[in-house]
Amino acid sequence: MSDKNINIKVKVWRQVDANDKGRFETYEVNNVSTDSSFLEMMDVMNESLVQQGKEPVAFDHDCREGICGMCSLFINGRAHGPDTLITTCQLHMRKFKDSQTITVEPWRAKGFPVIKDLIVDRTAFDKILHAGGFVSVNTGNAPDANAIPISKPAADEAMDAASCIGCGACVATCKNSSAMLFVAAKVSQLALLPQGKIEAARRAKAMVAKMDDLGFGSCSNTGACEMECPKGISLSNIARLNREYLVANVTD
Amino acid sequence: MGRFYNSSIGKKFFVSITGLFLMAFLLVHLGVNSLLMFDDTGELFNQAAHFMGSNPIMKVIEPILGIGFILHIVYALIVQIVNWTKRPVKYSKWDQKESSSWASRNMIYLGAIVLIFLGIHLVNFFFKIKFGTVAPITYADGVKMHNSYALVAELFKNCTAIDVLYVLGGIFLGLHLNHGFWSAFQTIGWSNNDWRKKLELVGSIYALIIAIGFSIIPLYFLIKF
Amino acid sequence: MAILNSKIPEGPVHLKWSKYKETQNLVNPANKRKLDIIVVGTGLAGASAAASFAEMGFKVKAFCYQDSPRRAHSIAAQGGINAAKNYPNDGDSIYRLFYDTVKGGDYRARESNVYRLAEVSNAIIDQAVAQGVPFAREYGGYLSNRSFGGAQVSRTFYAKGQTGQQLLLGAYSSLNRQIGLGTVEMYNRTEMMDVVIVDGRARGIVTRNMLNGKIESHFGHAVVLATGGYGNVFFLSTNAMGSNGSAIWKAYKKGAMFSNPAFVQIHPTCIPVHGEFQSKLTLMSESLRNDGRIWVPKKKEDAEAIRAGKMKPTQIAEEDRDYYLERRYPAFGNLVPRDVASRAAKERCDAGYGVGSGQAVYLDFKTAIERLGQKVIEDRYGNLFQMYEKIVDENPYLTPMMIYPAIHYTMGGLWVDYELQSTVPGLFVAGEANFSDHGANRLGASALMQGLADGYFVLPYTIQNYLADQIGVARMKPQEHAAFKQAEEEVRTFINKMMSVKGNESVDSLHKRLGKIMWDYVGMARNKEGLELAIKEIQKLKKEFWEKVRIPGKADSLNTELEKANRVADFLELGELMARDALMREESCGGHFREEHQTPEGEALRHDEQFMFVGTWEYKGENQEAMLHKEGLKYEAIEVKVRNYKK
Repeated sequence: MSDKNINIKVKVWRQVDANDKGRFETYEVNNVSTDSSFLEMMDVMNESLVQQGKEPVAFDHDCREGICGMCSLFINGRAHGPDTLITTCQLHMRKFKDSQTITVEPWRAKGFPVIKDLIVDRTAFDKILHAGGFVSVNTGNAPDANAIPISKPAADEAMDAASCIGCGACVATCKNSSAMLFVAAKVSQLALLPQGKIEAARRAKAMVAKMDDLGFGSCSNTGACEMECPKGISLSNIARLNREYLVANVTD
Repeated sequence: MGRFYNSSIGKKFFVSITGLFLMAFLLVHLGVNSLLMFDDTGELFNQAAHFMGSNPIMKVIEPILGIGFILHIVYALIVQIVNWTKRPVKYSKWDQKESSSWASRNMIYLGAIVLIFLGIHLVNFFFKIKFGTVAPITYADGVKMHNSYALVAELFKNCTAIDVLYVLGGIFLGLHLNHGFWSAFQTIGWSNNDWRKKLELVGSIYALIIAIGFSIIPLYFLIKF
Repeated sequence: MAILNSKIPEGPVHLKWSKYKETQNLVNPANKRKLDIIVVGTGLAGASAAASFAEMGFKVKAFCYQDSPRRAHSIAAQGGINAAKNYPNDGDSIYRLFYDTVKGGDYRARESNVYRLAEVSNAIIDQAVAQGVPFAREYGGYLSNRSFGGAQVSRTFYAKGQTGQQLLLGAYSSLNRQIGLGTVEMYNRTEMMDVVIVDGRARGIVTRNMLNGKIESHFGHAVVLATGGYGNVFFLSTNAMGSNGSAIWKAYKKGAMFSNPAFVQIHPTCIPVHGEFQSKLTLMSESLRNDGRIWVPKKKEDAEAIRAGKMKPTQIAEEDRDYYLERRYPAFGNLVPRDVASRAAKERCDAGYGVGSGQAVYLDFKTAIERLGQKVIEDRYGNLFQMYEKIVDENPYLTPMMIYPAIHYTMGGLWVDYELQSTVPGLFVAGEANFSDHGANRLGASALMQGLADGYFVLPYTIQNYLADQIGVARMKPQEHAAFKQAEEEVRTFINKMMSVKGNESVDSLHKRLGKIMWDYVGMARNKEGLELAIKEIQKLKKEFWEKVRIPGKADSLNTELEKANRVADFLELGELMARDALMREESCGGHFREEHQTPEGEALRHDEQFMFVGTWEYKGENQEAMLHKEGLKYEAIEVKVRNYKK
């Protein structure tokens, strides 16, 4: 913990609403503790905007501990900023230098239209899941939890895929705005488990079709999504999705 | 299946399958071409080229190869053009140095360069051989064939610009393949955390062999003669 | 007393729930289609309830303030979920889980509700596994368990350090399925602004669309509030930034009574506060106490040297370390319940042995790493260690973690009867938003259990019992109905009033001031003098709020400051009620510690003869003192004892 204060300039995207063209504005933020998180720096900036009678910069955030997936922000050209395996709320100001200008943009993708300033509409992710991101089991249907043993490696791999927080960093960072990593994580999780295997083919087809409909691009396997994913969701999930989708189209 | 052809994964699937096919072809092509360096009389290469050119199997494969090229290019283009529309407002700052390789992000441009090179390459050799402006030669077995060796040797010995072009072509092709090899397997679903490392390694070795192999031939002629 | 009819079924505790289910009223499938249910909040309780209702055939409208139901703060629960499966064969049973939960809650929870909770706990695990929740497993393919504070058996199921996430995503997936089928209408980025009461029954809600500020209302034959806790009244807590008490507070003002508002859980293992700019506190899972040992220096001069930066914790010899939990509570050691661990940390820090800023103690993994190796520790807690390092910039494998208690969970909430119905007919309350199951202190891994029990296995039954005689009630049209129109008008007036203050102080600044009052006087240790002062200070601050608050922008567009102001306006009133409740309760129990009431060793001292009741408050109007009602607690299946974690 080496706590010091820095002065920075924040070049931030301002956009009144979906119809506005939008523009960058630059604000100076002084005496920012390097121990504060990026969003706490944004709070300080907003507090001073409110003091000046200006509208604060709108940005999505909620849990501030890297799990809800609500925070986004493209910071200096990177989804969730210049650190790995974190969300923006876990990014700390010690990653920045004194008198640096930090560029902050919203996620940019056809599937994620801007709502206001840095807030984008990510309901496309929900819609993809509505199409098939579940096991069709009603409350009360379930057999005893230990009735079907699941191999530990499969359970662990399913857990790794399931740790997706739906933040959209994969889409934001992908050169094609592809949602493949997000879709793959869910398809993979459920395909790995006996409970999910039963409707795996239907699920893969329905979710991919929805993903294509909602304006996301295809996968070029650059691997950028994996590197920027706050939870380190592996590209091997995309291979599994491709496999599942192929098999689904052959058999179903 | 109809949806499959039109789906993002389906289209990528065709790019991958054709890519894998073309990669197999490149290996054979390099194998035959490397004979250029093992017999300076040119007989070895000419015999091999003649065998490839007259073999009935190759007669069937040749048009398939052509179609493979065309499909690879057409599907890659379709995929790319669609992808270009997926970010209507661009980022003012976009930094991928730590997250992905340059080649993986620029496959379409690498592909375009390779395509241009391919055009030149076809004009230089393939069309000349195919449409008969190459002098014939007859060896001890009495079979009359093109003296393709002479054509190649002539060009590579005398024209440094062509040599440079072929070396560059080899390098760009290598870059394209370095990403393309693993990527093709990934897209057809043949990868996981373990296989990925292996495939990436094999892909890099393969790309290196192709790039060095094709580059070394013009240099061989340039330096040796 | 009569006003609070808890409707506990007759009979011995283990037969109450089955008897209830056998004799309750049901709604037939054709009629279910004619009935609408509103569910506010989509965390564990809300999402599981909404999905289950829809599966049964009801028409459901679900609401959340986030951009997706998946963001609800249940997602942040790390450690695990309890169930009485007894898979480890270590002597667990439904009764034992029930017993531990009642004891953990310091005998201030309703016995019948807690028993039912333990009873349905196993079905939750079954349900989650069927949904594809990837719980941790052993190599044989069977489910793995670990132990948690306040229990002597291993009954906690977990999915790495992300159990809440996985359970929520399971419930969310069921909800998604129903949204896809069209049986649930989902409203994201929508905040509930009020409950609509028609002829004494809850019949709908008024909402504000957070994207465009539109005020709308929605009809439901019944309304379920599953809006979580109100810990953010303290400003700094482990809650999400948006977590708020507004839905339950608005219901309270419409006649739903509020129970035990003072019962707040302070979690012992959070990353300490590090500066004025801080916006929230990060929890380090209680599971860390399985292997981590908590200590402070034995000598004051060592503690001083550490605080001054002249000494490192690793330089302190073993014999100079005070493992105070192991010393004070030999039987449970580092695994004492949260309230006990938190108070012990505060006691050491107040006595001058704190490290860091003085408000921190060590959580040390040295012994565990020596015993098990770093690899095992990495497998168990890797993600938590990584999170700690990202925040604090210190490697917890090499130097002990620093932790300090922080506000985490609110046991108090709207009063509900056995059916989870509030004092307003037709208004049901589930999960953290109700008061029912945790008494004065919640045990680790019990919140997930309760949220899902309410949503999957309690409400789907009890709500039918209510709806059975509502089948004749036709759907009301909010646009045409006077009660809805009036409620909407009141909301508009309220918003306009806030917008028109046009003062000079930001919402956050006012909120921080409230938080400081709450933490100083209504926090971990409370006394009469402090609480009386707090009430005065909060009233003053409330007045200031309505004179000084500054909300830039417009009400009819996305306006984050307005959203916050609405929540803080409610927190200001709720904070006062919390202080009043704490003042009324002249005893110490669970998370509620009154300095006047402690044993000579500094342990909490209950006064069962006077305070064995649920303190339930009735709203009496703006700036009027709330009225106290008492629901007496009877323990028939359990012998009430002094909580002892020493032996």
